[in-house]
Formats: sequence, structure tokens, C-alpha cells
Amino acid sequence: MITYSFLQHYWWFVVSLLGGILAFLLFVQGGQSLLFSLSKTNDEKRLLVNVLGRKWEFTFTTLVTFGGAFFASFPLFYSTSFGGAYWVWMAILFSFILQAVSFEFQSKPGNVFGANTYRGFLVFNGLAAPFLIGVAIATFFTGSDFVVNKVSITEQLAPTISQWQNPLHGLEALFSLRNLSLGVAVLFLARTQAVLYFINRLSHDVLESRLRKTLLFNALPFVVFFLIFVIWTLLSEGFGVDPVTAQVSMVPFKYFINLIEMPIILVALLVGVMAVLYGVIRSLLSPAFKSGIWFSGIGTVITVCCLLLIAGYNNTSFYPSIHLQSSLTIANASSSEFTLNAMSIVSILIPFVLAYIIYAWRAMEKGKTDMDDVNNDHHAY
Amino acid sequence: MKLLDLSLLDWSRAQFAMTAMYHWLFVPLTLGLGVIMAIMETLYVRTGNEEWKKIAKFWMTLFGVNFAIGVATGIILEFEFGTNWSNYSWFVGDIFGAPLAIEGIVAFFMEATFISIMFFGWDKVSKNFHLASTWLTIAGATLSALWILVANAWMQHPVGMEFNPLTVRNEMVDFWAVISTFAINKFFHTVFSGWIMGSLFVVGVSAWYLLKKREVSFAMKSIVVGSLFGLVSSLLVAFTGDSSAYDVAQAQPMKLAAMEGLYEGKSEAGLIAIGVLNPAKKEYNDSINPYLFKIEIPKMLSILGYRDQQAFVPGIINVIDGGYETQSGVALSFAEKHERGKAAIESLKAFQQAVNKHDDATAMIERTKLKKNFSEFGYGYLEHPSELIPNVPIVFYSFRFMVLLGLFFIALFGTVFYMSSKNKMEDAKWLQWVCLWSIPLGYVAGQLGWTVAEMGRQPWAIQDVLPLKAAVSGISSSSVQITFFLFLALFTVLLLAEVRIMLQQIKKGPEID
Ligand code: HDD
Ligand code: HEM
Ligand code: HEM
Repeated sequence: MITYSFLQHYWWFVVSLLGGILAFLLFVQGGQSLLFSLSKTNDEKRLLVNVLGRKWEFTFTTLVTFGGAFFASFPLFYSTSFGGAYWVWMAILFSFILQAVSFEFQSKPGNVFGANTYRGFLVFNGLAAPFLIGVAIATFFTGSDFVVNKVSITEQLAPTISQWQNPLHGLEALFSLRNLSLGVAVLFLARTQAVLYFINRLSHDVLESRLRKTLLFNALPFVVFFLIFVIWTLLSEGFGVDPVTAQVSMVPFKYFINLIEMPIILVALLVGVMAVLYGVIRSLLSPAFKSGIWFSGIGTVITVCCLLLIAGYNNTSFYPSIHLQSSLTIANASSSEFTLNAMSIVSILIPFVLAYIIYAWRAMEKGKTDMDDVNNDHHAY
Repeated sequence: MKLLDLSLLDWSRAQFAMTAMYHWLFVPLTLGLGVIMAIMETLYVRTGNEEWKKIAKFWMTLFGVNFAIGVATGIILEFEFGTNWSNYSWFVGDIFGAPLAIEGIVAFFMEATFISIMFFGWDKVSKNFHLASTWLTIAGATLSALWILVANAWMQHPVGMEFNPLTVRNEMVDFWAVISTFAINKFFHTVFSGWIMGSLFVVGVSAWYLLKKREVSFAMKSIVVGSLFGLVSSLLVAFTGDSSAYDVAQAQPMKLAAMEGLYEGKSEAGLIAIGVLNPAKKEYNDSINPYLFKIEIPKMLSILGYRDQQAFVPGIINVIDGGYETQSGVALSFAEKHERGKAAIESLKAFQQAVNKHDDATAMIERTKLKKNFSEFGYGYLEHPSELIPNVPIVFYSFRFMVLLGLFFIALFGTVFYMSSKNKMEDAKWLQWVCLWSIPLGYVAGQLGWTVAEMGRQPWAIQDVLPLKAAVSGISSSSVQITFFLFLALFTVLLLAEVRIMLQQIKKGPEID
């Protein structure tokens, strides 16, 4: 039986999965942030830019689709968060605008600002996007300061349904250490994955030895900050929803309880984390091992997906407000049953999309990339 | 400075308009040039002639530069529905969000995946796979246009939904209704207008080579493909433009009246071919003649708008005063609609209060009242009938010039195709200059078209259902001002870089490699 509640859970899963895939694909940003510190010569820079440049569209498109899917399935979130935490989202978007032109423009003659300006843009996007996205996602666990009142639409002079109460409009999220710890963790995760991706794709001895050294210095901060965030979150109160009255209240150890009550997610989460660690540690130990990115990548998708699932499932508010009864849940923020149903039919296409992406990816990546590839490619950046 | 006194609403409109207009500088070329280069690559694969490959690759490089900035300007638009029109995002998100999500899942991924094969795969995949990738890239781009235009058409003509007073929003009840004939018309008109843009670009750039006496064979080949494709596209644009006008007449009589500067409606209404509006006209109901000068094509407006030369075309005054016959009965006046809208809003409030008090009987009554009046819901927010009137001069002139340009493009492509098939193109210097200077006209026509569509929709975000002032986010106008200027500066700087890169690539010519 496909019930309304099932559809809401299904769509929260789709959104979480897209979030996981996005977190994985942020390796492009991580790589951008390493552009200057990894390379010493211009050739090395070009090589790095070109292996990232074949993938940046995926991250970008996933972000766009994540936004679109969130809009279609949980429009109240779209309305509340984007319209309220205005500055965080605008800063994220701004950095993506810079990214979108930088690959294509940097090596073209007549680009006005010179290659290094565009590379600077890439570094900016590489640092800002993962960090800010991490902070924004952390508010799914820590809560924000907004009020939702749907009847406001009948107030002709002030019809706004959701009102952000904090005048900083989203920037206040930066003043919470717990939010910051996830931001930093996501940033270093992205950089770690980038290193693994480079190791996998490049055929360049000098870069490779530098990469292996850098790995530890990015993986370690990631692990530390990730653990801080996760342990802190599991020990904190969470935003529970009463399944009968829909009242929201603070529940001690809510996210920990969610893991215990949903053991499949607990297991998946552990598997995900182990996969990430396996990819990293084996790459650290064995110089011949080049496939770390696949383990850590799949691990990231699973881990992030599971974290988002425990934020939304098991009678939890996925986008909580400190004005508790305004908190968004997958029940009160979702689209109508009809729309979720229609969208679910469309979602049947997702596996096909994934299939042709994988097919195309493999067709393009038969060998490793080296400087000759870049020099012989007429479209190289 | 007066500007700084503009309210939140005006800044939000300005920001959306500015970012959308920037996006629309790049999208048409993507849509048009994409098809043309795919045709050229097909010619290469079919004939095995390496010259076609070189030609296709040259246009592809320009495509890539344009595409990057198209994508950069697009992402901000998607999120602006949330950031700047948050009420709208809840009130209609149940219907509006779906096309956007489908666009991401179905179209953007297709584009993003195959574009990397198109650019980087020449030596990695087979000829046929590469050709398929090129076609799939442009198919993805065109599909993305489809879904966003479905969403836009729905704003102009909201169908397939029902208001739910419990959740306080419109909910979708019929997915296929949302993809209305309006949407299909809009899609074709817009995509074909992009094809015109691509043709103008290819023909104009090639004409420049002829003027410089460079790359003559390349240029002549490109001109033949470009002009034929352009001729077909511009005929299709005129045809679908006519259907668009018909759609406007059905769903948005006020927009049509503004497009024609028509204040007092009439039967056997003429279409103004050339006209100058009277700037002295201040109020819709003062008795000043709206035109200083006009030349009409008799009965044409009735025919265009209603497919009937006798048909009555309501003017601005009629739409406000009501009382004329429509397909669904006698039109209501603004005052009556306003009353009903207010009643609908009051019923919604009363319904919610009753629900909170568990007073089912009252809730039922209010719900029924609300349903009866809901079709005028949006009018409850408007105070004065003049709020219903979009900016008439802007809409009027934009429409005139768009149509004029449309006719000009038909003539242009017709001439160019004729001349090149008679082998006279190479010597017709004057025509080469005309081709070169027509490139900007394509951009102008597209921007004018959107100005008609979007400014003519004022004051509505969703026609009759939600006015802009009830759609906007609750942020300070100074925040929107800051982002407005940030985006303006950023896009302008990027545009400059893009134009310079394009010019350099064109100067280098197709001999690159
Ligand atoms: C090269 C560009 C171009 C050209 C030559 C034309 N159009 Fe156009 N027109 C557009 C580009 C465009 C557009 C940018 O694609 C618009 C904006 C919104 C839309 O649906 O398409 C548009 C909108 C638009 C609308 C408003 C639709 C609405 O409000 O929803 C009408 C009535 C027409 N067009 C009619 C015409 C006619 C009768 C033309 C005569 C040949 C014509 N257009 C040429
Ligand atoms: C890319 C081509 C487009 C251009 C050039 C364009 C142009 C404009 C302009 C000039 C305005 C300002 C109107 C005014 O305030 O007077 C506007 C507003 C707006 N447009 Fe578009 N538009 C485009 C496409 C779209 C599409 C496809 C959608 C929806 C799917 C859309 C949705 C809106 C919204 C929500 C507003 C803000 C509210 C308003 O001012 O009406 N636009 N656009
Ligand atoms: C007439 C209206 C529009 C058409 C035909 C159109 C079409 C396109 C096309 C063909 C692209 C591919 C990139 C390029 O420009 O070269 C694109 C990109 C994009 N458009 Fe638009 N667009 C329109 C308006 C809008 C609006 C109003 C939005 C906001 C929802 C929007 C959101 C986007 C986004 C997010 C991208 C980047 C996606 C990516 O490839 O990752 N577009 N659009």
C-alpha cells in the first residue's frame, strides 16, 4: 500500500540520497581548494584543473537537482530556509556562479582577468561551498530561529508565511560551534576525497608523492571534526515530534535513539564510515593502492544519506526551529499526496540517469590522465 | 536618490528581472547554436568530409564559452524562487516545484553528462557515439527549456490545481493539465526564437569572415546551413507567436489590452501595425486619446485574439468595469472581483479559526464559501483598479518591436538563402554588413518577448490567484539591494569577459587545433 506517509518517507530518502551524492561530488570543490597548495608549476596546475574540469558539471547539476527535488517534495522547506537564511544561501550560490565560468574561461585568450583570477575563484568556491553547505546542513540538527504561520497569508499587509526572526538571516548559524564543526568536517572531507580522486586519475609521479603526503593532513582534521559533530549530536537533545498530536518537543539523546530504533540505518552508517576510513587508510599505507576514492566516495554517500535520514525519520523534525511548533517535519512540509505520487513516477528515471552517467564516465576514463592528454586535447582548459 | 526608496517588492522584481534577463542572453544561443553544430557534425559523419568536422568544432568552442555562463546565470534563478518569492514557493510550490525537479532529473543531467563527451571525447569514443552525444547534449538543453517553460506557462494560466484551505496552498490535481497547450506553445515559440538566435549568430559571424575575405569556404558552408535553418525557424516563430497571442487573449485579457494600448474595447478590433502612444494619458479612465498616431490593420486583432473577425476585444477599461460577454459568462468588474477576493480571504481565516476550535460546522460553511470565491482570491489583495494595469508603454512598444523584428528576420534569412544559393553572397557586401549587425537584433527581440510576457503579467505572480505583493519573502529591502548590485556587477563583469573571449576565438578562426 502506498500511503501518503510512505511517499513522504520515500521523498525524504531521495532528498537524503541526493544530499549524500552531493557530499561525495564536493570532491571537485575540495580539489579546487588544493589547487595552489598542491602544484608548483603551471603545468601541474593545468593538469589538476583539467581532471577536475571533466567532473565539475556533475556537482553543479546535483546541487541544482537537490534544490529542485527539495522544492518539489518539501516546498515549505524551500520557502522557509531559502527565504529566511538568505545570506548563507546567497553566499553559496555566489561561489557557484564564479565556479561555473572559471573552468571554461581560464585558459582562453582574451579572458580579461587572467588565468590566476579564475583559479582564485575556484579556490574560493572550493573553500566556501563545502564549508557553508556543511554549516547549513548542521542546522538540520541544531535548529534555526524562524516562525511559520500559514494563516498569515490572510493578513493583507504582512502576508508572509515564514518569518526568519534572526536579523542576520542565516549568518547566525556561523556562531554555533557545533555547526562550525560540521562545516570544517565537510571541507576536509571534500579535500580528502579530492586527494584520493587525484591519486586515482593522475599519472604524474611528482604530484602523486605530494598527494600521498597531503592525504594525512586532510584526513585527520576531517575525522576529528566529524567525530566532534557526531558525538555532540548523539549526546544532545533532538527535536522529536509526537506522532499523534504533531507537537514538537526536545527529546534527550533523540538522534542516538533514532539510530537504535532504526538499526538498519545504524548499520549502514557504520559501514559508510568504515568505507571512508578504509579508503583513506589503505591509500596511506600502500603506495600502489589507487582506488581509495571508490571506497571513500561510496562511504560518503552512505554516511551523509544516513545522517540526513536520522534527521527526518522516526518522528523527528528535519528542519527544526527554536520556536518548536514552527519546526518542519516530513509530514507538515511536504507536497500533496498527488504531487509526491506524480514525482515518484518520475523518480523511476533516476536509475536510468545513473546508468548513463556511469556509462559515459567509463567511456571517458579508460586511461589515467597525464600532461600529454591535456596538451593534445583541443578543448583542454 | 529616488531609487533607494524603492520598496522590497520593487527590488525583488528588479533582481529577478535582471538575473532572468542575463540568463536569457545566453540560453537562446545555446538552444540555437547547439542544433546547428549538431547538424554540422551530422554532415561530417554522413559525408566523411573533414571540413565539416572543423566547422562543427569551431562552433562548439563558441558554444562552450556561452554555455558556461548560461549555467552560471541559471543556478541563481532556481534558488531565487525560494530566496525572494518564499510565499509563492509555499502557496504554489506543490504544482510549480515538480517541473523544476523534473528539469533537474531529466534534462540537466543529460546535458551535463553528454557535454563532457562532446567536448573531450573526440578521440575517446566512436564517431557515432560522439555524434549521439552532441545531439543528446542539445536535447537535454531543449528539455530543460521545456520544463521551465511549463512552469512559466502555468503562472500565466494556472490550471490543474485546487486550493486546500487546511494546508493553505494550491495542490495539484491533474499533472497533464499543467502541461497545457499554453505551455506547449510557449515552449515552441521560445525554443524556435533560440534557433533564430543561433542562425543569426552563425550567419553574422560568417558574414564577418566574408567581409574580411577570410575562411571563405568555411563561411559559405556555414551561411547555407545557418540561413536555411534561420528561415525555417523564423517562419515557425511567427506561426507560434500568433498562437501565443491567442493564448494571451484567452487567459490574460489585460495583457492583451496593454500589448495593443487598447483602452476601450470593440468588436472588429484592428491590430496596430505602427503606433505612438500619447504620454499625456495618465489615468486609464481620463478621456485623453491614448494614441498620438496609429496605422491599423482592420479586424486583425479580433482575428488574432479570437479567430473571429466580429469578436469583441475588451480594452483596459472593460477589463476593469466588466460587463462584457466572455466564453464563461458576463465578465465581473474589478469591484466585484475585489469583493469576492476579500470574502475568500476572510473565509480562509474563519475556516482556520473554526478548525482550531474544532467547530466543524462553521468550518464546512466557510470552506464552501471559500470555494465559491476562490477564483478571485488574488483580487482581495489589490486596493485600487489601477493596480491591475501593467506598464502599458513598455508592453506596447516591446510587443511592436518584437513582431517587427520577427518579420525582418524572415526577410533577412530569405534573402541570404536566396543569394547564397545563387552564389551571390560573396560579393554582396551590403548584405554581409546587414547580417553582422543583425546579431544584436536577435538578442533584442528575445528580451522584448520576455518583457511582454512578464511585465504584461503584472501585478500577478500567478494570474488572478496570487499578486506579487503577497508572493514576496519577508526580508529587508536593503538585503535585496545588496544582492541585486552584487549580481549586477558580477554578471556584467563575466559578460564582458565572455564577449571578449568570443571575439578572440572568432578572430582566431576555425584554423585552431
Ligand atoms: C527572436 C526572438 C523572437 C521573435 C522574432 C518573436 N518572438 Fe515572440 N517571444 C519571444 C521571442 C521572439 C520569446 C522570448 O521567446 C517569448 C517570451 C515569452 C515567451 O513565451 O516567448 C515571446 C513572447 C511572445 C508573446 C507573449 C507570450 C506570453 O505573454 O505568454 C507573444 C504574444 C509573441 N511572442 C508573439 C510574437 C509574434 C506574433 C511574433 C512575430 C513574428 C514574435 N512573437 C516574434
Ligand atoms: C529567461 C527568460 C526570462 C526573462 C528574460 C524574464 C524576464 C522577467 C522580467 C523582465 C521580470 C520583471 C517583471 C516586472 O517586475 O515587471 C520577471 C519577473 C519574474 N519572472 Fe521572468 N523572465 C524569464 C523567464 C521566466 C521563467 C521561465 C519564469 C518561471 C518559471 C519566470 C518567473 C518570473 C518571476 C517569478 C518573476 C518575479 C515576479 C514578477 O516580477 O513578476 N521568468 N521576469
Ligand atoms: C525561458 C526560460 C528559460 C529557458 C528556456 C532556460 C533554459 C536553460 C538552458 C538551455 C540551460 C542550459 C545552460 C545554458 O544556458 O546554456 C539552462 C540552465 C539553467 N537554468 Fe535556465 N532557462 C530558462 C529560465 C530559467 C529560470 C526562470 C530558471 C529558474 C528556475 C532557470 C534555471 C536554470 C538553472 C539552475 C540552470 C543551470 C543548470 C545546469 O545545467 O546545471 N532557468 N536553462
